Amino acid sequence: MYKLEVQDLHKRYGANEVLKGVSLAAKAGDVISLIGSSGSGKSTFLRCINLLEQPHSGQILLNGEALKLVPTKDGALKAAEPKQLQRMRSRLAMVFQHFNLWSHMSALENVMEAPVHVLGMSKAEARDKAEHYLGKVGVAHRKDAYPAHMSGGEQQRVAIARALAMEPEVMLFDEPTSALDPELVGEVLRVMQDLAQEGRTMLVVTHEMGFAREVSNQLVFLHKGVVEERGNPREVLANPQSERLQQFLAGSLK
Amino acid sequence: MMFDYNVILDSLPLYFGGVLVTLKILLIALAFGLALAVPLALMRVSRSPWVNAPAWLYTYVIRGTPMLVQLFLIYYGLAQFEAVRESVLWPYLSNATFCACLAFAINTSAYSAEILAGSLKATPPGEIEAARAMGMSRATLYRRILLPSALRRALPQYSNEVIMMLHTTSLASIVTLIDITGAARTVNAQYYLPFEAFLTAGAFYLMLTFILVRLFKYAERRWLAYLAPRRG
Repeated sequence: MYKLEVQDLHKRYGANEVLKGVSLAAKAGDVISLIGSSGSGKSTFLRCINLLEQPHSGQILLNGEALKLVPTKDGALKAAEPKQLQRMRSRLAMVFQHFNLWSHMSALENVMEAPVHVLGMSKAEARDKAEHYLGKVGVAHRKDAYPAHMSGGEQQRVAIARALAMEPEVMLFDEPTSALDPELVGEVLRVMQDLAQEGRTMLVVTHEMGFAREVSNQLVFLHKGVVEERGNPREVLANPQSERLQQFLAGSLK
Repeated sequence: MMFDYNVILDSLPLYFGGVLVTLKILLIALAFGLALAVPLALMRVSRSPWVNAPAWLYTYVIRGTPMLVQLFLIYYGLAQFEAVRESVLWPYLSNATFCACLAFAINTSAYSAEILAGSLKATPPGEIEAARAMGMSRATLYRRILLPSALRRALPQYSNEVIMMLHTTSLASIVTLIDITGAARTVNAQYYLPFEAFLTAGAFYLMLTFILVRLFKYAERRWLAYLAPRRG
């Protein structure tokens, strides 16, 4: 039984097809790294999973439950039932490249917000949870700070705490360290490594080859909207079969 | 030329009464204006032309015509129609205070709606995306994320609108109300000392403006702290 299954996802912008049938399945505890050069469709793929982007065909299943999709006028797919989409999204927490914290709320309020107003949790319980997760990612001391007053690394860790507070089935990471200064990347990667070791199911779009190799147990290499290569990250990275991946790795490890 | 202090001193009670009338009209107009501005602003950011266009037309017409014309239309213009004079609303529509508050509320609602709509449109898209990705419904998104952050960001511009409204309320004196300007006109009519009368009125408006500016400074410190430079 898969936690998350994505089957044959297609997505296009106008005539430009950016995803040409991408499939992926994650069991509980899987950490899957998605790599590829910019324009390969890896972020788009991730954003299609929770319908931040509308795919044109394909299926998305969470815990075996298929997200019901219906076509819109321009041929893309949208959720047939907004309630089902909202419920599935709340179990698929996402961490963004640019953190996307709510700027008018303190760190603590950011983490409490969705548990209270999406899951209907009591404020007291959400506060306890928020403080727990802020502590877990190492920013408990910044709980009253506003996002603009925190470093990028702190903001991203608050964003991870915000995702964790939803106690999601699967966590989606969209290039979580790409907007960070090099010396702040480590603190975020360490938090993600801890989460992986706890057995959380994670889907990570990343450029950090070290993370992909050491932390994830599956690697998916996307090129021009198709999966060029996939497998065990250590094997795939040490011994890439496709020419594309060899070129990509030669470029990224320089 | 001598400044006639005695006349002003004798007339102070009249001015104080005027301050109360000015504040009353201002607060009522602002309260109803803002209450109307929120749904109007939401309509103005809608992608559906059926929702957007009526609000656009409303703000265009109100902002495109002078306040005084609107006030005259409501206070004098409506009275021309027998249907209005015989309607249940007539006791209200024949009342100058009601008409002034109504005209000012309509006027400020249009300006505030545009301020708020601009602020709503300036919401960082990433914050909206994060809310959607968390599973928020549209209603929750507006109630918890969009409106609170837009209302805060609108504060500096809205404070401007409030001060403009304070000054606009001086038009109430034209429809017989004794606000600050009305008090000055009364003093002028009695003593024929326009300089003293209107200078005193000006001083009262300055004082009220000063208080309003301070209040908004406090409000910004309280609700816009997240945009302020980091302290400590």
